[in-house]
Amino acid sequence: MSGYMYPNEITLYWSVLIVLYPYITGLVAGAFILASLERVFRVEAVKPTYRLALLTAMAFLLVAPLPLLFHLGHPERSWEMYFTPHSTSAMAMFGYVYLWYLMAVLSFEIWLDYRREIVLLSQSSKGLLRLVYKIMTLGSTNIGERALHIDERVGWIVTLIGIPSAFLLHGYVGFIFGSLKSNPWWSSPLTPVVFIFSAMVSGIAAVMLIYMAITKLRRQPIDTRCVDTVAMYMFYIFIIDFSLEMLDLVHRIYEADESFRSLNFMAHTKLFFSQIVLQMFLGTLLPLILLFLTQIVQLSEIARKRIYAFSGCMILISVFAMRWNVVIGGQLFSKSFLGYTTYKVGLVTHEGLLVALGLILLPLFFLWVLLKLLPPWSESGASAAAD
Amino acid sequence: MNITRRHILILLPAAAVAWKSVLAGTPEDSPNYNMSEHWWGMLIDISKCIGCGNCVRACQTENDLPDGFFRTWVERYHRSDWHLENPEVISPDGGKEGFPSVQDDPGGEYFFVPKMCNHCADSPCTQVCPVGATFISPDGVVLIDQTYCMGCAYCVQACPYGCRYIHPTKKVADKCTLCYHRITKGLTTACCEACPTGTRQLADLKNPKDPIHEFLKTHKVQVLKPQLATGAKAFYNDLDGSVR
Amino acid sequence: MNGFKDAGHLFRFAGLFVVAFLVFWVVRGFVVPKSFGQYGHYRAAAVSEYAARPVKFAGHQACEACHTDIASTKAGGKHAQVNCEACHGALAKHAEDPTSLTPPKPDTAVLCVRCHAASAAKPKDFPQIDAVSHANGVPCETCHNPHSPAIGAPPAAAKGGAQ
Repeated sequence: MSGYMYPNEITLYWSVLIVLYPYITGLVAGAFILASLERVFRVEAVKPTYRLALLTAMAFLLVAPLPLLFHLGHPERSWEMYFTPHSTSAMAMFGYVYLWYLMAVLSFEIWLDYRREIVLLSQSSKGLLRLVYKIMTLGSTNIGERALHIDERVGWIVTLIGIPSAFLLHGYVGFIFGSLKSNPWWSSPLTPVVFIFSAMVSGIAAVMLIYMAITKLRRQPIDTRCVDTVAMYMFYIFIIDFSLEMLDLVHRIYEADESFRSLNFMAHTKLFFSQIVLQMFLGTLLPLILLFLTQIVQLSEIARKRIYAFSGCMILISVFAMRWNVVIGGQLFSKSFLGYTTYKVGLVTHEGLLVALGLILLPLFFLWVLLKLLPPWSESGASAAAD
Repeated sequence: MNITRRHILILLPAAAVAWKSVLAGTPEDSPNYNMSEHWWGMLIDISKCIGCGNCVRACQTENDLPDGFFRTWVERYHRSDWHLENPEVISPDGGKEGFPSVQDDPGGEYFFVPKMCNHCADSPCTQVCPVGATFISPDGVVLIDQTYCMGCAYCVQACPYGCRYIHPTKKVADKCTLCYHRITKGLTTACCEACPTGTRQLADLKNPKDPIHEFLKTHKVQVLKPQLATGAKAFYNDLDGSVR
Repeated sequence: MNGFKDAGHLFRFAGLFVVAFLVFWVVRGFVVPKSFGQYGHYRAAAVSEYAARPVKFAGHQACEACHTDIASTKAGGKHAQVNCEACHGALAKHAEDPTSLTPPKPDTAVLCVRCHAASAAKPKDFPQIDAVSHANGVPCETCHNPHSPAIGAPPAAAKGGAQ
């Protein structure tokens, strides 16, 4: 601690778990946007990632509330968010947005898209698995042409509704921070927008990396046209994200209001590595330059894929650093603007590093289960042929 | 629905515990406490504060507070003539045991600023509570229902004055209650009771006889961070512009 | 109506929602506290629960009811505005049952300087002393009656007792 903190401010109340929460919901929103590219905007090239993107979104969405739950002083009271939501609280509304997105959008869309396979699997599989698939059919085995046609139409509408829902889901997370007038580091109408765009970039990068990794593991050739297209979208959205972040930064520097001295000092000391080095230079400028090269220079296929993989990793790190800088950075300075505190992550505490690591790995486990249950590829060739 | 009827609460349990000697001194209280007739605030006269820390200790005794967390604390400001925007502030252990003395004045102004929950009328903390665990009572006191709070700490982030914290053992938000258990029995708050100089004065803005009205008319009174428009009800007399 | 028949599975999915919503609504009816929403979006009973907490500082009115002699000494002196428990500490227990707790006499060597030790940070018109040079080790109450500290006021050692 240096300078003056209000005595109650010396402890940080939002830990690394609250960093994870916008990170994970961001991945959900981004993955869904990638899926909608194929479904709504008819970008056929990204088709191989469509179902994978949906399942990735689902896997991460299931984990999204866990960091919040672990962070609560009384997780057993979390149901109050649903039973007595406070209409003026962004956080309370988030509970409903989350439920809407989980049930009405993602589950429904995945169900519609996989219904044919689910029905077929419920007839071909054995034992417990058969029961699971039976339940998933909801007792309807109608996979006639007309029924599937209806599913296709409804699925399109759900995806259409899903896009603003995904924006809402993650925009709300941004609003939770951006709407606090007490904290100038957070308080900005740009915060939700920056959150959404960085979420899209990180979600697309995550699905791209997962696609590349899984295809490699399955010893299948990576669809070059697909990753080229995905990387192109990632690049353009990243440019928008970067511009918005720079706009926010330039605006703060130029306006230099009462909090500026304090925040400026922080960015040059406590946040220098995570903000300037990691988020801006290594995580943003470097992948932007590399991706820019792939757009203007004819590079070999292998070189492109390596650049995509490397840039994807850097983007994931950059967006995580951005969440860290927002959540932790916003609590490092005193609201008196006269001092700074420090944050030390515990290792085995209930909000420590091990829990955080577990929560990052958990979605990958969920994804593995989902991939086993609803394989996106074995049928994808057949369904593509059927189109 | 009839608003006044809705807002009337007769505090029977309060009467049960209010003992005779208190009632003897203040007959108008407890059983007849009527929430709709009060709107509480606090007057803090900086020109009187000597930084003794009596209020901090009294608050901790009255409310059984954990060490290192404060419902009220005292800051000492040192503002030199060319550092208006960057005063030097200390508050060792919340000012609980007083302050190191300043023997020779190295120039600039020294003064003490007692801080506490401002019981804002448009409070940012109650606005963000997702479940309705913190609220403004009908008599204008910002309270926390600690059996309902789930400890998300959103309110702690939303308070611009640093008045809230998460109780280290109860794991719920905690803050000044304006000694609600005292003021509803006709007593003043523990900090006001213990203040030797009259720096702190409990104020009932709905009571036309309360001296606060005369004071507000005749003094230059300000609230903390007025630009945030929180409707703060801790009124500071003689507040220096460097205080935040 | 073939269209309806082919969309039948959709109604099953919608049915799940309806069932979930009904269960939610029933559970909500049971678990939301009774007084929630009576005054606003919170549990109204929490207000009276706060009000019902016991106090620890009795308040000077309670002290003065018995210790009338000290009250009158104090009323005429410089410490008229200083409440009893500002120096003697929280004594609601004593006020409730005087025999249960005899308050210890405060140590003036600690107590007086807490307020009166000189510091440039204190208001100029507030009486301040340098503890070492002012008393030279002599206890404060030798010269000053804490209840009416001006020299020449009624002498010290007038020990307060309930009447």
